[in-house]
Amino acid sequence: MAVVFKRPHALRDVPMHYCPGCTHGIIHRLIAEVLDELDIEGKTIGVSPVGCTYNNYEYFNCDMQQAAHGRAPAVATGIKRVHPDKVVFTYQGDGDLAAIGTAEIVHAATRGEKITTIFVNNAIYGMTSGQMAPTTLINQVTTTTPYGRKPELHGYPIRVCELLSTLDGAVFVERVSMHDIKNIMNAKKAIKKAFQVQIAGKGFSIVEVLSTCPTNWGKSPDEALKWLKDNMIPMYPLGNFKGKDLEV
Amino acid sequence: MGEKLLMKGNEVIAEAALRAGCRCYFGYPITPQTEIAHYLAKKMPQVGGTFIQAESEIAAINMVYGAAGAGARVMTSSSSPGISLKQEGISYISGAELPAVIVNIVRCGPGLGGILPAQCDYFQAVKGGGHGDYKMVVLAPSSVQELYELTVEAFNIADRYRILTMIMGDGILGQMMETVEFRDEEEIIKVDKDWATTGTEMKRDHNTITSIYINPEVLEKHNQKLQAKYRKIEENEVRVETFNCDGADIIVAAYGTVARIIKNVIKMAEKEGIKVGLIRPITLWPFPVAAFEKYSEVPKAFLSVELNAGQMVEDVRLAVNGKRPVYFHGRMGGMLPTQKEILDKIKEIVKGD
Amino acid sequence: MAQQEIIISGFGGQGILSAGRLLAYAGMLEGKNVSWLPSYGPEMRGGTANCHVIISDDPIGSPILNSATTLMVMNGPSLDKFENIVESGGIIISDSSLVTRSPKRTDVKVYEIPATQMASDMGNLTYANIILLGKFLEVTGIISKEAFEQALRKVLPEKYHYMIPDEMKALEAGMKY
Repeated sequence: MAVVFKRPHALRDVPMHYCPGCTHGIIHRLIAEVLDELDIEGKTIGVSPVGCTYNNYEYFNCDMQQAAHGRAPAVATGIKRVHPDKVVFTYQGDGDLAAIGTAEIVHAATRGEKITTIFVNNAIYGMTSGQMAPTTLINQVTTTTPYGRKPELHGYPIRVCELLSTLDGAVFVERVSMHDIKNIMNAKKAIKKAFQVQIAGKGFSIVEVLSTCPTNWGKSPDEALKWLKDNMIPMYPLGNFKGKDLEV
Repeated sequence: MGEKLLMKGNEVIAEAALRAGCRCYFGYPITPQTEIAHYLAKKMPQVGGTFIQAESEIAAINMVYGAAGAGARVMTSSSSPGISLKQEGISYISGAELPAVIVNIVRCGPGLGGILPAQCDYFQAVKGGGHGDYKMVVLAPSSVQELYELTVEAFNIADRYRILTMIMGDGILGQMMETVEFRDEEEIIKVDKDWATTGTEMKRDHNTITSIYINPEVLEKHNQKLQAKYRKIEENEVRVETFNCDGADIIVAAYGTVARIIKNVIKMAEKEGIKVGLIRPITLWPFPVAAFEKYSEVPKAFLSVELNAGQMVEDVRLAVNGKRPVYFHGRMGGMLPTQKEILDKIKEIVKGD
Repeated sequence: MAQQEIIISGFGGQGILSAGRLLAYAGMLEGKNVSWLPSYGPEMRGGTANCHVIISDDPIGSPILNSATTLMVMNGPSLDKFENIVESGGIIISDSSLVTRSPKRTDVKVYEIPATQMASDMGNLTYANIILLGKFLEVTGIISKEAFEQALRKVLPEKYHYMIPDEMKALEAGMKY
C-alpha cells in the first residue's frame, strides 16, 4: 500500500503540548518537511525561544539550543559563526522577537547573519496568559489591555516585515498566514525559500507567519481562523517584501 | 619560554585567549577593557576566527551561549556595568552548563560610577549576580604575567567542568604594562564535547542545550548535579598565594592589585619590627578556606584590605570562623589606599590589645 | 640603584605615555623588572596625562607610586601637582619652555631644559620628551644609549623607524644640556 501521509523525519515522534486549534504544530511540521526536502536535518541547528514554544527543541530531530527570552538571534549568531557550513534557524513569537528581543533581531538582520527566522505572530502573549503583544491590534482586548489596545495609552502595532525589509542585511522577507490550506501551502514555499536563501549564503531571511491563539483570544479554532483573516491581514498584509526573485 | 615582551594587561588577556585556542570573541566597548576588543578585532581575522562587536552586552553574552553550545572556545569581556547586563546570560550559561570565559575589568560603581580601579563586584562574581543557585570559577590575577597564565587556565577549567570562568581584574591590571613571557606552546586540555550542537549528520540522536526543566523533580536533580560539580571544583581548583605567613604577627587578605600594595607594606612593616603575612586568593571562588584555617592561630588578627566597602572580608570571617578577630580596611570610588594608611591600620591593630 | 620610581606628567599629546613606555622597555632590555601604569581616562588629547614607571632590580610590588625618585614634567600644572611627592635627594627634570616657574624644592636635584624650544629648533616638536629622557639617562646611568635605541625600535611602529637617528640626536642633546 502506498504511503500518502507520514510524519516528516525531522519531526520527533512525541506528543506536542499546544492547545487545541493552535497553529504552532502546523508550522513545526512545515519546517520539518522543508528540512526533509532539502535533506538538511543532519546539518541544521535550531534555536527555541521563550514563550509557548519554549521546549520545541524536543519536537525537532535536528540539534537544538534553547535561548533566553528574545535572545535567539544572538544565540543563532554564535552558532552560525562557529559552524558557517551548517544551517541555523530561530523560532520566535511576537513577544520574544518584537518586544524583548527587538535589538537582537534588528542587529542580526542588519549584520546579514546567514540564519533563518520563523516569526510566529498571533497578536498576543500565549504562554503567560493573554497579555498585550507588540503586534496586538488596535482595540484588541487582552489581559493587560482589558479596555482594548488604545494608541494613546499603548501605542501602535509593530509591522516586523516592513521594519526589517529596510535593512540591507535582510535579503528575504515574507509574510504568510495559517488561516486556510492555500495559505499554509504558500507558507511552506516561503519557509523553504528562506532556508535556501541561507544555504546559498545570501544573508538574513525571515518568514512572518500569522497565527492564531484560540485559547487567549477566547474563540473556537474556527472562529480564530476567521478572526485572523478578517482582522490581522488588513493590518499585516501578506506577501513577499524582499528577495522574491533571489536565485537560490 | 620565549622572548620577554612589554605588554598591556588587556592585550595580554587577548593574546592569551588566542594562544588557548579561543577563536570566537563577542563584546561591546566599555572602558577600561576595550583594548581586549581592539586586539582581537585585529588578530581574529588573521587566524580565521570570529570577532563581533555586538549590539549590546546582552547580545554578546548570548552569542557566547550559542558558540559555547556549538562546541567552540569562546570569550567575552566587559567592565562592571556591562557585566551587570550580562547577568541574564551568565545564569543561562550556568544552567545549561556551557564552558566559556568572561573577563571583568572592574570599575567603580554603583551605576555608571567611574572608570577607576575597584573591587566592588566581588559579591556579584562569587555569590552569583544572576538568578539561581549557580557558581562560576573566579580568577583574580595580580600581574600581567599572571593575566596570561590564568587566562589560558580559565579556558581549561571551563572545558574540564563545563563551567563559566571569570577573569576578574581592574583598570590598573588592564592598563598597566609589565614584562610577560609566553610559553612556546600552551597546555590545552582536550575534552570530547559530544554534547555540543554540531549537527547530527543523521548519525546520532539530537543534542539539546537548555536550562529549562519544568518538572520540579528533574530540576532538583539538575541542581544537585550542579552542586556536586561545584564541590568537586572546591576540592580541585583552589589557587592561593601565601607570602610571609609563617611566624607572622598579623595576616592580611588581599587579591589583585591590592595584594601588590600589601607586598610593599610588608617591607615597610618589617622595618618597624612587625611581621605581616599575606594570603592572596587567586581563585575568589572557590575561596581558599584551607589557607585561612592553616594560619588561624596567627597571634594578632586578620585584616582584609579591599577596594570596596567590605566584601571578601565576609568570606575571610567564614574561613577564620571566629578563631581570631578579622578587621577590614577599604577604599571606594576609584581611590587606592596608600601604603602608609595600611601600615597605620596594621599598627593600630597590633598595638590594640 | 635598587629601584627607580619615575612619574612623567604633562598634557595629552606631548608623548608623556610613550616616554614612559620607552623607559620601561629600555629598562626591561637592561634586564630589570619594570612596570608602566598610565593615568587612564576619557581624554585622548589635550587633557592631563601622566604615567608611573618603575625600574627595579627586585620584583615590583605595587605599580602605583605614592612617591617618586624622579619627576619629569612638561607643563606647569604637573609641577604643581607632583613636586612635593619627589623623595628627598630625588630628581626633577622640567621642560622650561613650558613650565614657567622653577621647582621650590631645595633637597632635590633640578634640571631645567628648554626641551620644546630645542625640539622646535631641531624641526620636530615631538622630540621634546626624548630630550628630557636624555637628561634622565645621563643623570641616573641606569639605561644605556644602546638599550634606549633598541627600545625605540621595539616601541615605534616600523613606518617611523626612519626617525630613529634624529631621535637619538635629540637624546644626546638632552644628555649634553
